[in-house]
Amino acid sequence: MSVSETLPPQSGVSPDTEAELAELLRGGGDAWAVQGGNTRGVRCNAKTLSTAAMAGVTLYEPGALTLVARAGTPVSEIEETLAQDNQRLAFEPMDHRQLLGTSGTPTIGGVFAANVSGPRRMTVGAARDFLLGVRFVDGKGDVVKNGGRVMKNVTGYDLVKLMAGSFGTLGVLTEVSLKVLPRPETEATLVLNGLSDAEAIQAMAQAMGSPFEVTGAAHDPASSKTYLRIEGFEQSVSYRGGRLRDLLAEKAGEAEIEEAEASAETWRTLRDVTPFAGRKGDVWSLSCKPSDAPAIAERSGAQSVLYDWGGGRLWCLASAGHDVRAAVGVFAGHATLVRAGADTFDRLGRFHPEAPGVAQLAAALRHRFDPHSRLNPGLMARAT
Amino acid sequence: MEMPVPDAGVLARKARVADRLRKVLPADAVIEDPRETKAYECDALTAYKCPPMLAVLPATTEEVSDVLRICSEEGVPVVPRGSGTSLAGGALPTADCVILGVSRMNEVLETDYDNRFVRVQTGRTNLSVTGAVEEEGFFYAPDPSSQLACAIAGNIAMNSGGAHCLKYGVTTNNLLGVRMVLMDGEIIDIGGPYMDAGGLDLLGLVCGSEGQLGIVTEATLRILPKPEGARPVLIGFDDNEVAGACVSDIIRAGVLPVAIEFMDRPCIEATEAFAHAGYPMCEALLIVEVEGSDAEIDHQLSLITEIARGHNPVELRESTSAEESAKIWLGRKSAFGAMGQINDYMCLDGTIPVSALPMVLRRIGEMSKSYGLKVGNVFHAGDGNMHPLILFDANKPGDLELCEEFGSEILKLCVEAGGCLTGEHGVGIEKRDLMHVQYDAADLEAQMAVKDVFDPAWLLNPAKVFPLDASATRREKALAAE
Repeated sequence: MSVSETLPPQSGVSPDTEAELAELLRGGGDAWAVQGGNTRGVRCNAKTLSTAAMAGVTLYEPGALTLVARAGTPVSEIEETLAQDNQRLAFEPMDHRQLLGTSGTPTIGGVFAANVSGPRRMTVGAARDFLLGVRFVDGKGDVVKNGGRVMKNVTGYDLVKLMAGSFGTLGVLTEVSLKVLPRPETEATLVLNGLSDAEAIQAMAQAMGSPFEVTGAAHDPASSKTYLRIEGFEQSVSYRGGRLRDLLAEKAGEAEIEEAEASAETWRTLRDVTPFAGRKGDVWSLSCKPSDAPAIAERSGAQSVLYDWGGGRLWCLASAGHDVRAAVGVFAGHATLVRAGADTFDRLGRFHPEAPGVAQLAAALRHRFDPHSRLNPGLMARAT
Repeated sequence: MEMPVPDAGVLARKARVADRLRKVLPADAVIEDPRETKAYECDALTAYKCPPMLAVLPATTEEVSDVLRICSEEGVPVVPRGSGTSLAGGALPTADCVILGVSRMNEVLETDYDNRFVRVQTGRTNLSVTGAVEEEGFFYAPDPSSQLACAIAGNIAMNSGGAHCLKYGVTTNNLLGVRMVLMDGEIIDIGGPYMDAGGLDLLGLVCGSEGQLGIVTEATLRILPKPEGARPVLIGFDDNEVAGACVSDIIRAGVLPVAIEFMDRPCIEATEAFAHAGYPMCEALLIVEVEGSDAEIDHQLSLITEIARGHNPVELRESTSAEESAKIWLGRKSAFGAMGQINDYMCLDGTIPVSALPMVLRRIGEMSKSYGLKVGNVFHAGDGNMHPLILFDANKPGDLELCEEFGSEILKLCVEAGGCLTGEHGVGIEKRDLMHVQYDAADLEAQMAVKDVFDPAWLLNPAKVFPLDASATRREKALAAE
């Protein structure tokens, strides 16, 4: 079974209810390519099983910071609902459409199935940290729930985390319950100019190690700009922006401050890796120790890189088919292939190979939840 | 509390197992004298006691691996133990088990301020992790109230929370990686000093698995820079429901305090008599704490007090100094001790949606009358994590059983209200048989399938978390396979 983003969509199904989905999977037989809005370039050579028809926000309690929605609910619908009460998805999920050239409507189920987080991840946590509860149908057609809709819950094993980032290989999400946060009054971004990659990493570490609550730290070598975001109440943002500028005075000689709207636009661009959109080549995302990032970037053989999460996430634009993993060699972290041609996905695999002990556990878990390999077969661990 | 019948075959092998363990551990790390194993007969849930067959205190990951391999080969159940502060019986032994204590593994292995993490052996106490980094202005965020004593191993096993998780999250949100030993002795690493371990989220699965999937010997923890300052405000109300509404309004207003603590009248009265914190005598009391620079704190507190005034508080006391802050926290921090002065108590840990607070408090009050047992409520209101303290007399026959029945009814109420059985203490043995209330057979089956994968013979802490009837087939099959 090959995994590719260029396969033509095959005919598929889109169950209206969880019961219908369970019935379908209980029936045995076909393998399915599980998808939400099909915007993240994850595809399997199988008939599509879409969650798009199971949609709608079922509960929203702003005073409890919780929202429950069916998996196929468009992310935009959730963001609009939250905006009415001045709240938001704090983990800032990336929209992959521009980078991957996909169309369609991103769904909340897709966000969690792929554990998609943006720049704010480094401070507030990843998508998985905001997922409070799930309902899903496993590969045997069993309906399973785990977690709930409260922020603190240690009742039994945390299958909620296991489902986040499992890319539909353990079960098809039908409902998610999540923690949301207040939208801050305003934001601003301190932009440092002219730093080398290593200097930028150091400046970001200094900022992140300060009490001024930086919620975004990114560096773009192409423009030699380093971005530090601060959010909160107006007077607090201006106070912390000033303190941060003082703290980085030596490095911030030429610093500018972007106010609310300009700042928001900057981070939308960084979140969606817009600098790589429309440019030829493969896109990789590496998770690493921030201080290792410049050396990894150097070894990667990439044409362009972009540092997010203070250097903890390294975006690489490499020539088509170039094996960034092989070029970098052993490092503390992992490299995910995000955009490439079908042959490259087939050859290199989307995900970083795991150590044997961990790979064995992961394979055994997938086998327990999907014994007949019917859900996104081969996506997370390629048949060897 | 029912526990599985000890395996006579295992008990008969005690001498051989002890001999084999002594070959891989220093002599003083294998404890078999019944006078000494008694020290491990219970954790902080002291109503239940059972000395283990043996106890071992390994000092390295390799020693843990040797112990588990031997126990695996001998078919001996292993109960992991951090510092023994579990309120849920998570470290309660069975008569045929080996207790594996991690207390000798307490080193800091690596501190990295640029990348903001610390790597420690898991026997280290929670507070001493912060102790290792605070000189550089950092701290480790999860702060369970047992933080002076509790071990990181236990924090990971129970996914411990604390008073400040409204802002900083619980253990799972602050854990970057683990080194752990599986029951067959295999050592694996999951995650590390980077964000989002790749592949399936095994790290998230291990955190909160109550020592049933493996024994975590090393942990990479996220550390954070200390805020410039923090200050609380104390708000008293003459009605529980109004206090609940005030919590909800504060959250809706976009202020995100680091903590919102709630105490009801029985609790206020008890702490006042015990700690003399100068609390007002009212129906409900909130302590709301915010962080930042002085000006930022002033601004946030002014927003909070404005909201509170809208609810006609009977008392509103903003701290203006460190002394006043300490005084405001004094009563809250001595609440458990104060209740303990009145009588024996049982501490529950159910969590509810904040919106259900008034209803749940009212029902608990009604139940308290019908059971004839007093209840004090003190809890983390911002996240709905309740801690009802039921008072009973351990020396009065039947009182413990009555208290347990009352406790079960409260937890069922929490689930009914849209919440859960336990927010931060864990299931252990205490809530094991209530799991049916929250989960259907298929839900439990999915969780037990995870244990099958990590520990196919069900030897690690086997009699916990899952109702005994639900796990019976698996435990017996494993026994028969010996």
